[in-house]
Amino acid sequence: MRYLPLSDTDRGEMLARIGVKSVDDLFADIPKDKLLKNLIDLPRRKGEMEVERILSRMASRNVSASSVPFFVGAGAYKHHVPATVDHLIQRSEFLTSYTPYQPEIAQGTLQYLFEFQTQVAALTGMEVANASMYDGSTGTGEAVLMAHRVTKRRKAVLSGGLHPHYVDVVKTLSDMASDDVVTLAPDVSATEDLLAQIDDSVSCVVVQTPDVFGNVRDLKPIAEKTRQHGALLIAVFTEAVSLGLVQSPGSQGADIVVGEGQSIGNALNFGGPYVGLFAAKSKYIRQMPGRLCGETVDADGNRGFVLTLSTREQHIRRDKATSNICTNSGLCTLAFTIHMTLLGEAGLTRLARINHANAVKLADRLAGVKDVEVLNKTFFNEFTVKLAKPAADVVEQLAEKGVLGGVPVSRLLPGAGLDNLLLVASTEVNTDDDRAAFVAALKEVL
Amino acid sequence: MLNRQGRPSAPQAHGVSDPAAGMGDEAARLQGDASKAGGAAGSHPTFTGNKALAQIEPLIFEIGHTETTGVDLDEPDAFKPRLGGLERKDAIGLPGLSEPEAMRHYVRLSQMNYGIDTGLFPLGSCTMKHNARLNERMARLPGFSDVHPLQPVSTVKGALELMSELARYLVTLTNMTTVALSPKAGAHGELCGMMAIKAAIEARGEGKTRTVVLVPDSAHGTNPATAALIGFTVKPVPAREDGWVHVEDVKKLLGPDVAAIMLTNPNTCGLFENQVAEIAKAIHDAGAYFYCDGANFNAIVGKAKPGDLGVDAMHINLHKTFSTPHGGGGPGSGPVVLSARLAPYAPVPFVTVTDGGEPTLVEHEEDAAEKPFGRMTAFHGQMGMYVRALSYMLSHGSDGMKQASEDAVLNANYIRASLADLFSQPFGDKPCMHEVLFDDTWLKDTGVTTLDFAKAMIDEGYHPMTMYFPLVVHGAMLIEPTESESKASLDLFIATLRDLAMAAKKGDKDRFVGAPYHAPRRRLDETRAARTPVLKWTPPAPVAEAAE
Ligand SMILES: Cc1ncc(COP(=O)(O)O)c(C=O)c1O
Repeated sequence: MRYLPLSDTDRGEMLARIGVKSVDDLFADIPKDKLLKNLIDLPRRKGEMEVERILSRMASRNVSASSVPFFVGAGAYKHHVPATVDHLIQRSEFLTSYTPYQPEIAQGTLQYLFEFQTQVAALTGMEVANASMYDGSTGTGEAVLMAHRVTKRRKAVLSGGLHPHYVDVVKTLSDMASDDVVTLAPDVSATEDLLAQIDDSVSCVVVQTPDVFGNVRDLKPIAEKTRQHGALLIAVFTEAVSLGLVQSPGSQGADIVVGEGQSIGNALNFGGPYVGLFAAKSKYIRQMPGRLCGETVDADGNRGFVLTLSTREQHIRRDKATSNICTNSGLCTLAFTIHMTLLGEAGLTRLARINHANAVKLADRLAGVKDVEVLNKTFFNEFTVKLAKPAADVVEQLAEKGVLGGVPVSRLLPGAGLDNLLLVASTEVNTDDDRAAFVAALKEVL
Repeated sequence: MLNRQGRPSAPQAHGVSDPAAGMGDEAARLQGDASKAGGAAGSHPTFTGNKALAQIEPLIFEIGHTETTGVDLDEPDAFKPRLGGLERKDAIGLPGLSEPEAMRHYVRLSQMNYGIDTGLFPLGSCTMKHNARLNERMARLPGFSDVHPLQPVSTVKGALELMSELARYLVTLTNMTTVALSPKAGAHGELCGMMAIKAAIEARGEGKTRTVVLVPDSAHGTNPATAALIGFTVKPVPAREDGWVHVEDVKKLLGPDVAAIMLTNPNTCGLFENQVAEIAKAIHDAGAYFYCDGANFNAIVGKAKPGDLGVDAMHINLHKTFSTPHGGGGPGSGPVVLSARLAPYAPVPFVTVTDGGEPTLVEHEEDAAEKPFGRMTAFHGQMGMYVRALSYMLSHGSDGMKQASEDAVLNANYIRASLADLFSQPFGDKPCMHEVLFDDTWLKDTGVTTLDFAKAMIDEGYHPMTMYFPLVVHGAMLIEPTESESKASLDLFIATLRDLAMAAKKGDKDRFVGAPYHAPRRRLDETRAARTPVLKWTPPAPVAEAAE
């Protein structure tokens, strides 16, 4: 077996040194009747060629985003990732290292985490950021728990513009922890009255911007009301590129900012692995979940970095920890920070403008199609259209014509009576030809 | 005997220059002060402060500029924005680097890191086994990596096929009823399993009364943290002098208030819980559930099936047992296998297969025949890790996976037997599973701690073992070589540890308390980092202010 260096001679010599006759003597603590006598009923080992053949066949049954005009978003976005990013994250020293428990031989990881935290803090307009969560949705669940610890209240209010998967993650966690959640109805037009929900019993209000329907929301009035009532504003985003063009949540008064970082540096990957970004005001730092990297010096006085404030964490505090998270999104964090460093402010803001411009062009073209109505007054790179037919059917028919035309709202919110709504995203990868193909196919289908 | 401090946070003071002595040597070097450069090696200072391949690398904020970019994009034609007046007006403060600069920055950073590909990485409980590049190549096939989670299901048939094939492998290897694939790492898998248990208990109408979860003292911190996260009260099962959890200790704690036990097997002391079947029976008789922390499943794949041992739920760290890369702290993937008693509560989404047909994706509770407890995460979990893990399983096959478990256990016992005369085994001289645990009794009166010993290993070119975990032994050293090491590699490792041990016993304290001497950094001041947290770069004060 190509991955196993020991030869039978080695094994024999090693058993002799240990002083046992057979390897099964080392498994003697397994109850006799439970120790397997035969091989498990699965295929035997295979060479590289055969494995490649099997997996390539499966992969070929999927339509990849780059192979078609592609407008699917709703929380994960198709962006172009520079070749440099994937090369660098595959360097052995990054790919095959562990969480940096031994800082003297993990300065590479620790320095990029420190740079990452600084980038995320700047991008979100917050004072501190952690070294990542699993993804935006689980990060949102953690943000709600953190708000409960800070406010010592246990009721979260979720905006109807929050991604339905995120709503479900928060609800699942809150139900299990016996916390209260108020979920507002799906809010396609961003007209819900969140302010009316905020009183002295509320721990936090969770608002996504741009929201799942694409609307760009003004957080300032909500921030003001939460502050008056001692509640926290948790601002969520699922499209990190939007932060290059839209006012940061921090500048609008958010207390915790959490979001999905997939858009920068990371592939679609059918939903994971992604990287959760998590930032907060520094006064809440000791209630934050996750790893934090901090600057210090070594014994020679040289600058270096370590994981710090670990007295919040499970390995020290056990059942009193701020979170149970251990492994986070290391390598996706690296991909994010490399891509962000390649972009820089000039590149990120331009990328954001291109995304917005492409979405505006697409919205204008779709608005000209009969039986299509663009619902958004505001949007960044994604918006909602109303069709004359159920969007799920339309999307299937578009796929048959070789266009992946978006996410039917019913895929996220079945039974909500929003069957004719379609979420359409457009990023820098879309060309005029893509848009023309989309419009042409849509005309045929409708 | 318990070490409640967890990981040590303060470096030893011995032989350490005053960390508060103003500007560090590196800063001096960066400013071209050759007279101060030199560091530990000392004798041949360089102008740059670099030492050949060991390059000093500043932060991107010190070398980049906000107007620099390494990505060529064309500015869009003028258009009317639709942001409702919420455009950003302030600068963000994100420096950019051109592509060559960026390449060099990250390559230099990588060179300050130790990985499995660098050398033996015996980090107990973490399973640093070889990461085959075939798996990386497979995960990057556009049909897997460039596919959106919400594309029409008709366009992702292969993705669903892969998920159901992975599920079949995991269920077969464990003899369990089903698997929830979506959890994002081990701890998230624990949460998923404990949520399934809570849902089952609530369905029985015992949600208000069964509120206690038993967790042995030797458990990983994520176990009690997980139980507490969803409102359970954690009751410890005390540690025993033989390293095993005893069924009579468990029975004493059982009652109508107990929801579950969270038991790691093989446990964190490197031992297979030899009373696991009796414990499972006692737990079930008391109406509770058996959660197994499967972080150490890699020792028994192909040798025993958790389902045969009475397990109700167990997470599998694909990033340990099935070799998906740890990537400097993730991403992981923590599928949870479930018994028939818990299977109905598995969260959405999941993939089902109806006789010979195509796998179907169930994304909503109302579409499920059973009673999903909810959703753990957006989308479908860690697809990129599923591909790598399946690639590992296909490559190894049932024979290779069994051999891998046996070799992992053999390697650990070889180290144990080769060090037993010098190191102290807290639970006596007996076989271990895939990792061997020593304590620090043997270092008594040497003035050398487990931490010092670990740092001296760094100088010898090794990543240290896991230190100070599990908490039930003093100064724990948990060594997990994995099946990826050759005998020659183990022999050199053993010889090195023996040499270090003899040096410690002979009183060569210097080799330890000041270590590491040869790493990219000397020992780092963790106390200072925690006392005055500096968690991001801030621009230096303008010269005029600084001069005041
Ligand atoms: C015994 C044990 N349980 C649970 C975990 C948590 O797994 P993860 O880091 O994937 O969340 C670990 C990993 O460090 C572990 O060693």
